[in-house]
Amino acid sequence: MTPTVLRALFSHWRRNKLQLFTLLAGLALATALWSGVQAINAEARASYDAAAATLGEGQFDQIVRADGEPIAQADYIALRRAGWLVSPVVEGRLNGQRLVGLDPLTAPGGLGPVTLEEGSDVSAFVTGAGQVFAQAATFAALGPTEATQVISPDVAPGTILTDIGVAQRLLGAEGQVQRLLVAPDQPLGQPSLDEITDGLVRQVAQGGSDVGRLTDSFHLNLTAFGFLSFAVGIFIVNGAIGLAFEQRRSVVRTMRALGVPLNWLILLMCFELLLFAVIAGAIGVALGYVIAASLLPDVAATLRGLYGADVGGTLQIRPAWWLSGMAIAVGGTALAAGAALWKLARMPLLAAAQPRAWALSGGKALFWQAGAAVGLLLMSVLLGVFASGIAAGFGLLASLLIGAALALPLILSAILSVARKLARGPVAQWFWADTRQQLPGLSLALMALLLAMSANVGVSTMVSSFRLTFVGFLDQVLNAELYVYTADEAETATFLQVAEPLANAILPLMSTDRSIASLPAELFSARDEQTYRDNWTFLQSVSQPWDVLARGEGVLINEQLFRRADLALGAMVEVAEGVTLPVIGIYGDYGNPIGQAIITEELFQTLYPEVQPTRFGVRIPAEEVQSLRTALKEAGLADANMIDQAGIKAFSLEVFDRTFTVTTALNILTLAVAGFAILMSLLTLAALRVPQLAPIWALGITRRQLGFYELCRAMLLAVLTAAVALPLGLALAWVLLSVINVEAFGWKLPMFVFPAEYLRLGLFALVAACIASAWPAIRLARTPPAHLLKVFSNER
Amino acid sequence: MNVKLAAAGFVLWSTSAWAQGFAGLGQTSEGFSDPTPGYSFVFPDDHAAHPEYRIEWWYLTANLADEHGTPYGLQWTLFRSALAPRATDGWDSPQIWMAHAAVTTPDGHYVTERFARDGVGQAGVTATPFEAWIDEWHLRGSSFDTMEMRAGGPEFSFDMSLVASGPLVFHGDEGFSVKSGEGQASYYYSQPFFDISGTLETPEGRIAVTGNAWLDREWSSAPLSENQTGWDWFSLSFEDGTKLMGFQVREGADAGYTYASWIEPDGALTPYANGAFRAEPLRTSDVGGRDVPTEWRVVLTEQGIDVTVTALNNDAWMDVSVPYWEGPVRVSGSHDGVGYLEMTGYE
Repeated sequence: MTPTVLRALFSHWRRNKLQLFTLLAGLALATALWSGVQAINAEARASYDAAAATLGEGQFDQIVRADGEPIAQADYIALRRAGWLVSPVVEGRLNGQRLVGLDPLTAPGGLGPVTLEEGSDVSAFVTGAGQVFAQAATFAALGPTEATQVISPDVAPGTILTDIGVAQRLLGAEGQVQRLLVAPDQPLGQPSLDEITDGLVRQVAQGGSDVGRLTDSFHLNLTAFGFLSFAVGIFIVNGAIGLAFEQRRSVVRTMRALGVPLNWLILLMCFELLLFAVIAGAIGVALGYVIAASLLPDVAATLRGLYGADVGGTLQIRPAWWLSGMAIAVGGTALAAGAALWKLARMPLLAAAQPRAWALSGGKALFWQAGAAVGLLLMSVLLGVFASGIAAGFGLLASLLIGAALALPLILSAILSVARKLARGPVAQWFWADTRQQLPGLSLALMALLLAMSANVGVSTMVSSFRLTFVGFLDQVLNAELYVYTADEAETATFLQVAEPLANAILPLMSTDRSIASLPAELFSARDEQTYRDNWTFLQSVSQPWDVLARGEGVLINEQLFRRADLALGAMVEVAEGVTLPVIGIYGDYGNPIGQAIITEELFQTLYPEVQPTRFGVRIPAEEVQSLRTALKEAGLADANMIDQAGIKAFSLEVFDRTFTVTTALNILTLAVAGFAILMSLLTLAALRVPQLAPIWALGITRRQLGFYELCRAMLLAVLTAAVALPLGLALAWVLLSVINVEAFGWKLPMFVFPAEYLRLGLFALVAACIASAWPAIRLARTPPAHLLKVFSNER
Repeated sequence: MNVKLAAAGFVLWSTSAWAQGFAGLGQTSEGFSDPTPGYSFVFPDDHAAHPEYRIEWWYLTANLADEHGTPYGLQWTLFRSALAPRATDGWDSPQIWMAHAAVTTPDGHYVTERFARDGVGQAGVTATPFEAWIDEWHLRGSSFDTMEMRAGGPEFSFDMSLVASGPLVFHGDEGFSVKSGEGQASYYYSQPFFDISGTLETPEGRIAVTGNAWLDREWSSAPLSENQTGWDWFSLSFEDGTKLMGFQVREGADAGYTYASWIEPDGALTPYANGAFRAEPLRTSDVGGRDVPTEWRVVLTEQGIDVTVTALNNDAWMDVSVPYWEGPVRVSGSHDGVGYLEMTGYE
């Protein structure tokens, strides 16, 4: 019996190849976008985790010197002998690569390439010339070493792991360690840190790597996109399955009448869908791989440029990712088919078998839909006002989008019924009434379009706002025309000798790493110079902040430090051992992962006499930059150590724009999927519409006119949807900029509006709708009169 | 004693050696010295480390009681394991230190473990004054006869004073202790006459205790033969002041190789070669899913010993990187007393 039933079931798809294609393509697209984004995220996260696992960042508390200097090895031993279970980490740069030395015997569990639990070759690691672990690309950049090179894909990109002794030797830093990792379980009766040695501070683990937290926002945006595309794809699948089941009612009735048990039938249909899900899922995952592989280099470049996070540029196939792709395909199918199967299970044996066509949704269903929409929108308002945190931000996004999508058919229906009342003449009245009649059949596709468009508006607003702010920020920060790096004091002297007579002003930049408010930060010096007064803007400040700063009576901090350490204006901040100053200004510092503080140059030199300036900004008329560079080159400074303002800005903006290549690509993909949804809905409706159009044709409206109306209708609905999408997109942008960015990045961005951009997008949506409806319209215009006539003869 | 714990060192070379049971202990010892009969011990130097041998330990166990007579046990152990037969200053010293500490009460068993590099001061052993240390743990004194001892972990700690009331004793042939029929051997001496007192701190509270402690010193380079799979080691102190140290190194299910030292109250030691000492499991207990013998019949006919040895707490499992069972025992039968039992190869 089973083979016969299966053949009967499959015969439906043989007759409706387009429907089968819709189903498979929708599912594959949904899976592809979702798993593509997941693959990118997984790859990036794996890189961060490798870095964090190597360095214990985020997992363990750390002990560092408050003044940012290395810790003496003797202090490490003193801590151990006092009962502090800490493990030393040596860190430095070797040929541009990050070299990290660990002690496998004291490292808290699971750290580094060699662990005691796994019983790896500790002997080779700790004795003799030692071993270094890194990715092949890192070794290529590093060059040959005395220590044996072990290629290890699990090590973070650009990082070399080795034993602490080997690292000290390679870095020439014997007797020094950069920081100590604190094991989670400490023995009883431990003395406090300052009883053992001075100058050490404990930094509390932040939970999750620093880089991970910083880049969360970026990945969140990607995930949101992936989810949106998936939702759009599932709309398509839901439409296709719903229609297929509707059309198969008669088959089901016949088979049940012939004695096939209902449960068995449903089971076989589930099997059928599972088969489709697996096929489409496999195609989708493969497509997702292609998407991810082509976007990953851009993502990697972005993450490196914006956050300094290293992500390998090549995609590794991770089994978990394959599995999740297949699971999402099967789950999505189940989601899309659930309602149809439920209806089928409850259908009376001898129910009327004619198709329901696209009869208006029952009043009850409409009522529920309206209720759900209002509830969700209300919830988004409540979340926006009262809730905080990243999860709440996403809850807000989700409830806003889903609520708006559910409300869309109701809004459109209301607009159309108003239009119908205003319409004059029978054709116009028919057009509005017929458009409204078709809404339920098209509403899923329109919802998809709404989501795609509002995501476009939201994300492009966010990106463009970010870009404007970023450009402004670059102007503020990069106020010198030329930047010069010097290697040593002699070179500094040469530089000053050459540059001083030519330049309007020279701004030395000195900095030191220091914990501020228990957070890792950099302390900078600023010379009292008109340049700063002219260019810098503050988010908050006391009056005349530069004057206060110049008197050495205050400190400026960046927004990240302000938000993370919860420092208000006037809060006291320790800038050196025993020296505290009030916060007098807070400035935006986009793209910087850590905290920053600025004090005046005089004070900086008093507090840190050992720091010599090696970086200088030179104020000079733009046209004289080149001649200064030439003069400096002739004096023996390397050209590579000079970079002009235009060069830095161009580089920064290039990095920035590359970031959003990904966003743009995903935007276009989402919109394309929505266009596909409209096409498929129109095509599946077309056949069912013939009986409705036949009387209109009989009344004298030509087929060509009918086709034209069909096209108009699609474009009208697209325009109306775009009109709803615009405010929704702006709301989305606001959530991204003011809620999610603050939670994830630690900075808030001002929102700008770009009407031209939205108009372009509206046109784009119109074109998509036009293309999607063109084929159905042309088909309609070319319907043979015999088909239309048949409607009447069949009725008789 | 504690031959197996030498294996702890081996886990640092390769797990495969460990996975093959204790076969790894049968490795040849390239470059390392091997114990030979007729060695004359030189003190205090021999209390310190012997880096030219692969493995070595300072191993102290104590049977304790509080003022109400409630029995307790404690263990303080420092192991040295050499990757190469030399010691240098700096991170590249090929000597590695590992330490275990434990406190056993009738209801609880608390264990902790430490590791350290040699050459940087985190751990080591010096002879004059005597100090064996790792992190904040130490066993030290102006002489080997009067010492202070401390160890602890997140759950427990102890601070103890030790005073020796008898001489050192040398096992086997004047300290040359054979471990198998194939001649594997170690240098092995003990101080079984320590009076000990101090404070235990456990989740059950702070407890003042007194009792007696037994310190073992042993070093070697390849103490086990290939077919030996584990061992059972007993150090028993009888109420009449005599003591018995006996072990059997098992070969599969067979008793394998046995040895015993009979120690008079004045320190006079009588060694008993393979076969004289017998230990048979009477009862096993389920210890965390493993079947471990926790009651034994121990026989040394030559000294009229036929006793039942029962664990004070069956759950004295040492859940450390190289797990084993070690805990205090009660002795009854022909003689009454207390002692310590170590069993390996049951995991």
